[in-house]
Amino acid sequence: MANEGVNTGRRRFLTASTAVVGAVGVGFAAVPFISSWKPSARAQTAGAPVDVDISKIDLEPGMRMIVQWRGKPVWIFKRTPEQLAALPALNDRLRDPNSENADQTPAFAKNEGRSIKPELAVIVGICTHLGCSPSYVPELQPQAFDSEWQGGFYCPCHNSRFDLAGRVFQGVPAPSNLEVPPYHFVDDNHLVVGVAPEGAA
Amino acid sequence: MANMISRSVEGVVGWFNERTPGLIPAYKKHMSEYYAPKNFNIWYYFGSLAMLVLVNQIVTGIFLTMHYKPSAAEAFASVEYIMRDVEWGWLIRYMHSTGASLFFVVVYLHMFRGLIYGSYQKPRELVWVLGVVIFLVLMAEAFMGYVLPWGQMSYWGAQVIINLFGAIPVVGVELTEWIRGDYLVADATLNRFFALHVIALPLVLLLLVVLHLGALHEVGSNNPEGVDIKKVKDKETGIPKDGIPFHPYYTVKDLFGAGFFLIIFAFIVFFAPAMGGWFLEWDNFIAADPMVTPAHIKPVWYFTPFYAMLRAIPDKLFGVMVMGGAVMILFLLPWLDRCKVKSIRYRPMLHKVLVALFCVAFVILGWLGAQSGSDAQKLVAQVLTAFYFLFFITMPFWSAMGQTKAVPERVPSHD
Repeated sequence: MANEGVNTGRRRFLTASTAVVGAVGVGFAAVPFISSWKPSARAQTAGAPVDVDISKIDLEPGMRMIVQWRGKPVWIFKRTPEQLAALPALNDRLRDPNSENADQTPAFAKNEGRSIKPELAVIVGICTHLGCSPSYVPELQPQAFDSEWQGGFYCPCHNSRFDLAGRVFQGVPAPSNLEVPPYHFVDDNHLVVGVAPEGAA
Repeated sequence: MANMISRSVEGVVGWFNERTPGLIPAYKKHMSEYYAPKNFNIWYYFGSLAMLVLVNQIVTGIFLTMHYKPSAAEAFASVEYIMRDVEWGWLIRYMHSTGASLFFVVVYLHMFRGLIYGSYQKPRELVWVLGVVIFLVLMAEAFMGYVLPWGQMSYWGAQVIINLFGAIPVVGVELTEWIRGDYLVADATLNRFFALHVIALPLVLLLLVVLHLGALHEVGSNNPEGVDIKKVKDKETGIPKDGIPFHPYYTVKDLFGAGFFLIIFAFIVFFAPAMGGWFLEWDNFIAADPMVTPAHIKPVWYFTPFYAMLRAIPDKLFGVMVMGGAVMILFLLPWLDRCKVKSIRYRPMLHKVLVALFCVAFVILGWLGAQSGSDAQKLVAQVLTAFYFLFFITMPFWSAMGQTKAVPERVPSHD
């Protein structure tokens, strides 16, 4: 009885449409689970701007402060005139000497020192390769990893190198310069990390 | 009296048999009537040892979860709590951490066995492919487990490995945020890695082990000679003449291997649980600090060969592709090898030399991956990485070259 008068075309259509509807259902059911992995509302609101008192940074040349912004280390350090003078000479050995890549360099920092005030650098201390925090090697003297070292940052994870403006060298795994965060000065001794200067992009 | 006992045993067995008629046939198929070649040697211990370690990891892992706290604020301290305040906690934790490293020791030796005896060749391609999937899942499992103590190496290792996915064009950065559940490695990351490490991936691993063994028992085990024992069967029973039942012969043999293995295991647990910084890295005894990367960051030893390849390539995307490709290329092995014979014993000298060089290259890469990486080391790593890939890519050519020896009909040591 069961095999008599079977409409195989209709049976196949019903099987296929059931499968398709089922697959769509699975797809919709997966959305909440996959979305639950995204940064939560709490993680998203944790990225508030940070006020920094930089009055103590003049105590000694080359001194560096590390502040936490969105959980990332942000370096604030003062470059000596010798260190600043050494920057343009490195251009030939860099991947992006003029900071053409706007992903890491906001327009207000697209200058030789990648900073608002030439001597004061504000840089996110996260290597653009795989996210380690490079070591600060400010001395203008030969190093084991570079015989012509002019001061900068050396990443211990995969040997990426950056100069004192956070510009990446050629021939290292990091693809781009270190990121300059949005920041602006409230007055001579205070800056805010997380908000760009007024009128700047 | 004896009669009564045997009758009641029969009664119980019969009761189960009527309700689950598949149980006894399954026992026979996989144990008492699974005919394995009689010439297994020392290399055939590592499959069963891998299962033993898996059991060790599950049992010790369950007990560790009873004391461990999967939160960024408490994780590091809770591991120290297990080490100092929980009775025998240090032993359970060292059994788990030593087991992780020895898991990779036995798995690498198990894979080496497959490589030298051609165990991946037809008809065992699927056994090999499932094995590589197990290796991949095991790497994910080990990586996530290493994050849980929330030491400096846990933190920065997680940072580096997750950022590998950031090299993928277009979706990379968003993908890393999705994996981390935050803009950097944080509490959310630790919490989900804990869930994956203790429940999701172990379930997948167990399923894969069942499939791996199921696929193996369909086609039968290879052996050091690469002889197909199913060619010569007893005319009356249909049992391969060179086969012996897995139980009791190989269960007893594997028990001996397990005893020997456990002596080494216990020695490491009691006398060298950190193994000079190879099994537990010094920097991981410092709590995670998102502001400072340790001066010398390296993965645990079992990832160092692949890490050395990543570091050898001075380009982010290409480096990540090379690292991933080094594992993925293993999937293709059954189809890259064009040799007529399986076992290295019947292969020409060229094959033996290349396989030996491959193993040496892999070990040196492993050593290089744990070093700080001078320019000379980088150059060596580049040469060896090229060799690693050339070994596989040119395999269809060299594996068809040279004169192979004739493989006998039966295992040479028979009767």
